[in-house]
Amino acid sequence: MTTDVNRRVLPGFSLSLGYTLLYMSLLVAIPLAAGFLKASHLSFSEFWAAVASERALAAYRLTVGASLASAVINVGIGVLVAWVLVRYDFPLKGLLDSLVDLPFALPTAVAGLVYSDLFVARGWYGRFLVPLGIQGAYSRLGIVLVLVFIGFPFVVRTLQPVLEGLDRDVEEAAACLGANRLQTVLRVIFPSILPAVITGFALAFARSLGEYGSVVFISGNMPFRTEIAPVLIVARLEEFAYTEATAIAVVLLTISFVTLFAINLLERWSKRHHG
Amino acid sequence: MLKRIMLALLGAALLAAPLRAATLELLNVSYDPTRELWRDLNAAFAPKYEKETGATLAIKQSHGGSGTQARAVIDGLDADVVTLALWPDTDAIRKAGQISEGWEKRLPNNSLPYTSTAVFVVRKGNPKGIKDWPDLIKPGIEIVTPNPKTSGNGKVSFLAAWGSVTQRGGSEADALEFVKKLYEHVPVLDLGARGSTTTFVQKKIGDVHLAWENEAHLEVQEAGGEVEIVNPPISFLAEPPVTWVDANVKRKHTEAAAKAYLEFLYTDEGQAIIAKNFYRPINPAVRQRYSAEFPDIKLFPVTAIAKSWDDAYVKFFNDGGLFDSFYKPGARP
Repeated sequence: MTTDVNRRVLPGFSLSLGYTLLYMSLLVAIPLAAGFLKASHLSFSEFWAAVASERALAAYRLTVGASLASAVINVGIGVLVAWVLVRYDFPLKGLLDSLVDLPFALPTAVAGLVYSDLFVARGWYGRFLVPLGIQGAYSRLGIVLVLVFIGFPFVVRTLQPVLEGLDRDVEEAAACLGANRLQTVLRVIFPSILPAVITGFALAFARSLGEYGSVVFISGNMPFRTEIAPVLIVARLEEFAYTEATAIAVVLLTISFVTLFAINLLERWSKRHHG
Repeated sequence: MLKRIMLALLGAALLAAPLRAATLELLNVSYDPTRELWRDLNAAFAPKYEKETGATLAIKQSHGGSGTQARAVIDGLDADVVTLALWPDTDAIRKAGQISEGWEKRLPNNSLPYTSTAVFVVRKGNPKGIKDWPDLIKPGIEIVTPNPKTSGNGKVSFLAAWGSVTQRGGSEADALEFVKKLYEHVPVLDLGARGSTTTFVQKKIGDVHLAWENEAHLEVQEAGGEVEIVNPPISFLAEPPVTWVDANVKRKHTEAAAKAYLEFLYTDEGQAIIAKNFYRPINPAVRQRYSAEFPDIKLFPVTAIAKSWDDAYVKFFNDGGLFDSFYKPGARP
C-alpha cells in the first residue's frame, strides 16, 4: 500500500503556498530587490560617500536612538495599559480599548501636526512645559513623543492575548507556596509574558525606524540635530539623484532587517528558556 | 412605462457615446501654491476653448512640491502641461527626454507668462521693525522659511538673501557670512512652503516668514489681520516657466489644446487673472493696472548670482553645496 506522505487534512496546500510566495515576491521581495539593484549602480566609493557622510550618520543615530527610546517607553506604558485592560473591569473600558488602535488608523502626519501644536510655546502643554525648559516640539524629545504614539498599539495588542491566557491558578499556586507579591510578578508572570513583550518591543521599534510623516512635522528637521534619514532621501531626490537616494534607503532597509532578524532570534531564545 | 423610460435612457446613452469621443482632457501638473490661480484660469479658458473649437474640454490639476511633481512626470504621470516653480524642475523632464530641446523658446518671454518673488511676512504692526534683509539677522529675530534642499520656496528665499548682499556690492564671502547667520536664526526647517506657513501662522513661531509673494497675500487674507507683508527693497526674480510635455501630448493627441491653453496665459484676460492671484504679470499694461498689488522691488534673476540654474544648484543646494556647509555636527545646542 502506498501512502501519500504529502496528504493533508485540508486540501489546497500547494495552491495556498504558491499564492503566498507569489504575493510575498510581488509585494515585498521584488520592490526591495529593485532598491538594492538601483543602489548597485553606484561604485563602492560613491555608495560610501552617499551613505556614510557625517550628516547621514547623525541621521541614522537619531533614527535608531529615538526608535529605541520610544520602544522602551512603549513597553512600560504598553504593559501597564494591557494589564489594566485585561485584569480590571471599569466603565467605558470598551471605548478605551478601541482607542488603543487609533494610532494604527490615524494618518501619522496628523499626529505630528497635533503634537507639535500642543508642545509649541503657546500650545496647551507647551505653555507649562516650555518655561520649565522642556521643548516638546522641534526637538529630539518631540520625535520620541510621536514615535511613542505611533508604536503604542503594538505592545498593547501583542500583550493582551497573552495576559488573557494567563491562568490565575498559577498566581494563586505561587501565593499558596509562599511567594510574596513581588516574587509572583517577577518569577511567575514576567517570564510568561516576556516573549510577547519582546515581540511588542520589536514591532514598535521597527515601526518607528520607518516613520516619516509624523516626525517631519515635529522635529524641525535641523541637520545634525533633528534630521531623520528619510529627510536626506527627500533632499537627494530633489537633486534628481535617484541612485544616491536609493543608497540611503538600502542602509535603512538593512538596519530594519537586521534588527527584526536579531529580535526574532532573541524571541526564540526567550521562548525556549521561559516559555 | 418603466421599460420605455429605460429604453429611452439607453438610446440617449448610445447617442451620446460618439459625442463624448470629442471630449479632451488636459492634465496640468503644477506646484503647491498655484491651486487658486489655475482654478481661475481653467474656469476662464475651458468655456472659451469649447466655444472656439466645439470640443469639450476638461482640465485636471495636480499640485505638490515642484521637484516631487517633476519626478512624478518623469516617472510616468500623464501631464499634458507642466507649470512648475523652478526652471531646473521643468528642465529635468527635458533631460529625461519627454520635452523637446529648446522648449523655453516655444512660448513668448522664454515661456514665462508670470514671475514672482520672495517677500517678508511679519506679525501685525511689525513689532520687530523688520524692513530689509540686514534686519533679519539682528539678535532675537526668528525666521521661518522652508528647507532649501527640499523646497522651491526655500531655494528662492536662500537666493534672495544671497543676492541681497552681492547685488548691493558685497562680495561672495560677505554673502556667505550673511546667509550663514540668517540660517542660524531659523529654528525650524519645514520641508515645504505650506508647512512653513502653518508654522508661522498657526503655531505662531518666528518673527518673520520668507514666503512666495502670492502665498504671502493668501496668508494675510487667511490670518485675518494678524500678519502683514513687508516688501524688502531687493529680492529674487522667480521665473516659473510653463510648457507642454511633448511625449504625452503626442500620444494623447492634445498638443493643440495644450498649446492654446498655455497661450491663453499671455492674453489680456489671462494676464489679469494672473495679477488677481498675486503673480506678477509680464504684460506692462496689466501690470500697470495692478500696480498697487506689486510695489517696486528690485528683482534680480538667477544669472545675476550664478552662471545658470544648474550652476546655482551645484553651488548652493546639491549635496556638498554651500547650504550643507552651514551645518556641522554639534555646532548648535
